Amino acid sequence: MYMFLQKLFLAPIWLFLAFPAVALADGHAAEGERLFRTLGCAGCHEVGPEGRNKVGPHLNQIIGRTAGAVEGFRYSRAMVGRSEDGLIWDEDMLRAFLMAPADFLPSTRMAYRGVRKAEDIDHLLIFLRTLTPETNLGTANVEPGDPKVAPEILAIEGNVEYGQYLSSTCVTCHQASGESSGIPPIINWPAGAFVTVLHAYKGKSRDNAVMQQITSALGNEEIAALAAYYESIQD
Amino acid sequence: MKLDRRGFLGAGVAAAATLSAPMVLGAAHGKPRVVVVGGGAGGATAARYIAKDSGGAIDVVLIEPSRTYYTCFFSNLYLGGYRDMASLGHSYGAMAAQGVNVVHDWAIGVDRDAKTVALAGGGSIPYDKLILSPGIDFRDGAVQGWDVSAQNAMPHAYKAGSQTELLRAQMESMPQGGTYAMVAPPNPFRCPPGPYERISMVAHYFKENNPTVKILIFDPKAGFSKQALFEDGWTRHYAGMVEWISPDFGGAVDEVRPGSMEVVADGEVVKVDVCNVIPAMKAGRIADLAGVTNDAGWAPVNPHTMATRADENIYVLGDSAQQGDMPKSGFSANSQAKVCANAVRGELTGSTVFPARFSNTCWSLLDTNDGVKVGASYEATDEKITKTSGFISQVGEDAATREATYGESVGWYDGITADMFG
Ligand SMILES: Cc1cc2nc3c(=O)[nH]c(=O)nc-3n(C[C@H](O)[C@H](O)[C@H](O)COP(=O)(O)OP(=O)(O)OC[C@H]3O[C@@H](n4cnc5c(N)ncnc54)[C@H](O)[C@@H]3O)c2cc1C
Repeated sequence: MYMFLQKLFLAPIWLFLAFPAVALADGHAAEGERLFRTLGCAGCHEVGPEGRNKVGPHLNQIIGRTAGAVEGFRYSRAMVGRSEDGLIWDEDMLRAFLMAPADFLPSTRMAYRGVRKAEDIDHLLIFLRTLTPETNLGTANVEPGDPKVAPEILAIEGNVEYGQYLSSTCVTCHQASGESSGIPPIINWPAGAFVTVLHAYKGKSRDNAVMQQITSALGNEEIAALAAYYESIQD
Repeated sequence: MKLDRRGFLGAGVAAAATLSAPMVLGAAHGKPRVVVVGGGAGGATAARYIAKDSGGAIDVVLIEPSRTYYTCFFSNLYLGGYRDMASLGHSYGAMAAQGVNVVHDWAIGVDRDAKTVALAGGGSIPYDKLILSPGIDFRDGAVQGWDVSAQNAMPHAYKAGSQTELLRAQMESMPQGGTYAMVAPPNPFRCPPGPYERISMVAHYFKENNPTVKILIFDPKAGFSKQALFEDGWTRHYAGMVEWISPDFGGAVDEVRPGSMEVVADGEVVKVDVCNVIPAMKAGRIADLAGVTNDAGWAPVNPHTMATRADENIYVLGDSAQQGDMPKSGFSANSQAKVCANAVRGELTGSTVFPARFSNTCWSLLDTNDGVKVGASYEATDEKITKTSGFISQVGEDAATREATYGESVGWYDGITADMFG
């Protein structure tokens, strides 16, 4: 246990070396990392370059990953089922799971009551994001300040073909290849995160004038279409 | 011109495409063919999108004389010393490899009945749909005393490349404390903030290298794009160096004299050392030759598709189009190209045509890390492309915002050029 904690304390340096440009509020990540230990997550889950499966699977690159997909870990039947249904651990799904694991996934083997405070989950998610390389993530960083999007808007099924057409506006700045120099990459974002971030610009709680402008011309359906398209081009 | 590996490979692939062109084009073709004239912001984007999105169902031919396209965007930053010329050059190799048949030649005529485009190198290419994106040409006699034969003495530098290099060379050999003049163009013209960003970059260069130079702008317009932002920037960074002369104060030029390097404005003769003449503009000449322009010299288009009002099989993009509210910018041309590509593909292959939507942002650099921007969204109405809403940077923004805005423009440059050329 002592060794493991030491590894965790070293983690931040490794994180920023291995995954540069994770431009996050460091404070939130540090708080998330503290919570990761104090709430007991670290008792079962390892993270970091030598993170291995223990009682629970390691959590490196968790965000954006298909559920139940860590090699060599024996998941519960329930989790395998969700995996086969194509559940992706985007931030919305992780939030729902962490809030009440047994409700989200009855008969999960994760014997944990759930994280009670919503803002603790926000911090944990930011910490977990530092364990995910940017290429997985884009900067689909749902930030603590981003307003929650109504479930019925998140549930809109986007038209991928329409999204592809609309994306031709995005790629003038956000390169289709995912390369970036001064403007963040947006490929490979989980749909829920994509929708949340675009609505944050549309509602002007995020303050980039160009993005506010672009999103002002997008309705719920357009945003859903874009999210569906950008998710569909994963890999 | 430096040939890096990419440029070299690119030229090779494009040359191969050129060689095989007559054979391919001469064959009776089963596939519909789109011919695009002009491989700039509008044309390159349209050619690439139609080829990419039709998955080979449409034969795409791009006619462009240059093997390397030098972007006008960021050419002012070259003048200011922030970019080198090589970084503004882009080749057509990647696009050729993605299925666009790149023909390096000039289009010299359009036969609308036969639906063919004539090439300077001989022969002609049949089309089902023709897209023209030839940029701008200058109006004859727009500035008394200036025509293209005077462009070595008084460069326009409004088509990027050797003209831009010439202007920079003249700046470098300017006598200490000399006079730099710009003759600004009347509306409408390519890149509304362009002349004024240029002044900022020229002033930046002189501030570092020749700080007693005077910079005069002779302007036929009573106002210009982002004026408050530019004037604030000039006061903060280049106090006492820049003088903007509006028509009320003698900014309307009567004549320039390239032989004696004089500008005559409001009856007064001003001796200058460098003179950047940006004459009034009109659509690229091939649009005229195709008979799709109006008396004002631009090609009116249908905002839903960018098809010309004169001929439903000919589309005009970018600077040459008279479309309504969008400024003539690379961003606009690129945006229009996607709407056009979608419409053309729909007509030729029956693919879904989505409603037109357009956007534009123009970034300008005032001085190191001091960037500003203006932008808007647009939609198509039957009459014109109509601005729905917009934004502009504010005077007095903090340094971090301005630096972020500049950073954004660098990202945009890489984005749009990747989008144009693949
Ligand atoms: C100094 C300056 C700064 C600028 N800065 C910006 C900026 O920051 N942001 C921005 O968005 N825009 C900017 N612009 C504007 C931008 O460059 C133009 O609006 C844009 O290039 C227009 O695209 P286009 O396709 O209409 O024409 P172009 O990009 O000019 O392309 C026209 C092409 O057609 C070819 N051609 C012409 N005639 C023929 C023919 N007969 N046959 C075959 N080929 C032909 C030409 O060789 C050329 O390659 C700037 C312009 C200038 C001058």
